[in-house]
Amino acid sequence: MSIRSDAALPSVNTVYNVNRIREDFPILKQIVHGKPLVYLDNAATTQKPLQVLKELEKYYYTMNANIHRGVHALSQEATEAYESARIKIKKFINALGKNEIIFTRGTTESINLVAQSYGRRYFNEGDEIIISHMEHHSNIVPWQLICEEKKAKLRVIPIDDSGELIFEEFEKMINERTKFVSVVYASNSLGTVNPVKKIIEVAHSFNVPVLLDAAQAVNHLTIDVQELDCDFLAFSGHKLYGPTGIGILYGKVNHLDSMPPYQGGGDMISKVTFEKTLYNELPYKFEAGTPNIAGAIGLGAAIDYVEKTGLDKIARYENELLEYATEKISELKGLRIIGTSKNKISVLSFVLENVHPHDVGTFLDFEGVAIRTGHHCTQPIMDRYGIPATSRASFGMYNTFEEVDVLIKGLKKILEVFG
Amino acid sequence: MEQELRELYQQVILDHNKAPRNFRKIEDASNFAEGYNPLCGDNVTVYMKIDENNVIQDISFQGSGCAISKASASLMTSMLKGKTVEEAEKLFNNFHDLVTDKLGDKPNLNNLGKLAVFAGVREFPARVKCASLAWHTMLSALHNKNEKVVTE
Repeated sequence: MSIRSDAALPSVNTVYNVNRIREDFPILKQIVHGKPLVYLDNAATTQKPLQVLKELEKYYYTMNANIHRGVHALSQEATEAYESARIKIKKFINALGKNEIIFTRGTTESINLVAQSYGRRYFNEGDEIIISHMEHHSNIVPWQLICEEKKAKLRVIPIDDSGELIFEEFEKMINERTKFVSVVYASNSLGTVNPVKKIIEVAHSFNVPVLLDAAQAVNHLTIDVQELDCDFLAFSGHKLYGPTGIGILYGKVNHLDSMPPYQGGGDMISKVTFEKTLYNELPYKFEAGTPNIAGAIGLGAAIDYVEKTGLDKIARYENELLEYATEKISELKGLRIIGTSKNKISVLSFVLENVHPHDVGTFLDFEGVAIRTGHHCTQPIMDRYGIPATSRASFGMYNTFEEVDVLIKGLKKILEVFG
Repeated sequence: MEQELRELYQQVILDHNKAPRNFRKIEDASNFAEGYNPLCGDNVTVYMKIDENNVIQDISFQGSGCAISKASASLMTSMLKGKTVEEAEKLFNNFHDLVTDKLGDKPNLNNLGKLAVFAGVREFPARVKCASLAWHTMLSALHNKNEKVVTE
């Protein structure tokens, strides 16, 4: 096993103390099949630091109450914690106001909200909605549903062999019939980071709003929604070291104001009679029912943790991990990397000649290595490359160069067995 | 290789994965069916030629999948050639009981023949579907339902 010598360690390692970070993630000490866990499935979900777990515990131990309706002490405390999480998120993505931050169950619900609310109000027969070939199913199916209902047409920006959008095709595709553009910021199965700012500029020149699926981008790239000038942005807490079941929809106020509610219920109203209901102001108009209060607070704690560690430092470190892993994995015979864009998040998808990804996954599991195998909810990408599935290693802030070596060693073993 | 892993990936399975038997299409099939596992994208089509005496004269498969699913389909086709429909159904039940762990700790593997190599699958709940996809598809073809079998 080749462990990197100290001399070869990258410069960022001197300022980035990965061992210190690992101590905050108790799950990383797990033993799997007798081997130390090597968790390389971060694009599926990230692990949660103690700081997040403690915040969840604190909420349920000391503060649990429903928000926005109680006059009692716990309810006020819970409301304050929930709303202060919203402010953290507003700052994290540099939104203009906290009324632009809507809590959802996750990226999927955020996209469905926009498709159902905005789409139902504004899409008509013959309109065109543009997505890309590298979308997750969650940024395909919601648009198909509304397109079917409205007899609108879904158009798809093609990708090239490296896994990059063919930008000229997008420029050719957009026209006066285009009503909406919804694209992924960074691809979960290819790793490609899309030129979203350019996409937004072109779309806006046609007066077309843009939604960014930032599920995979949010824990790698610093996001500034004002600078990007995106109209909507969606992400999930659990890919940002926060809890599952909580996500964000950012939307510009003028859009959100003009959109009908997505779900009806408590908290989203200001006055209800059987004749007419007045909706609550933003963002509550879109938050019907008791939300995931603990989840929102946990996400706030996760953002604190990421900011304390430094998202730019994390990103630089993960890039070096990706570079090292890419270099090492490329030496393996019969291995092909799927997604070779120059601008990538730390996602490494690959296929091995003659070995199916599921067999790779099972073998690596016995080395303690957790990777994802399958189509990654991006079947159109698999079809584009003519493959049924890939193996995907994805790196987070706590992964190490030694863990990359364990992955490579495991892959070498597989090649011997199936050779 | 670890013991459990070696039991899952026995040499016979690795061999059949590398060189699957009856991996072709039967153009004049009397029965066929498609199987699909949406979870992993594995797909298999089973073709059969059954004569008037209910004997499986020929059986083949095509598709893509992991070593377990490919070897299972390959072994299945080699075993079922020349068998009657009734015998095929019986083997299906035996195989199904084996991989879903219905035979207990010390299963009697005698009536399974070569299929006994799939006993290791019992330890891998996530992989049971891989082993059984071809068999479910074969059963559907037997009854000529011609409907897509979906395991998940």
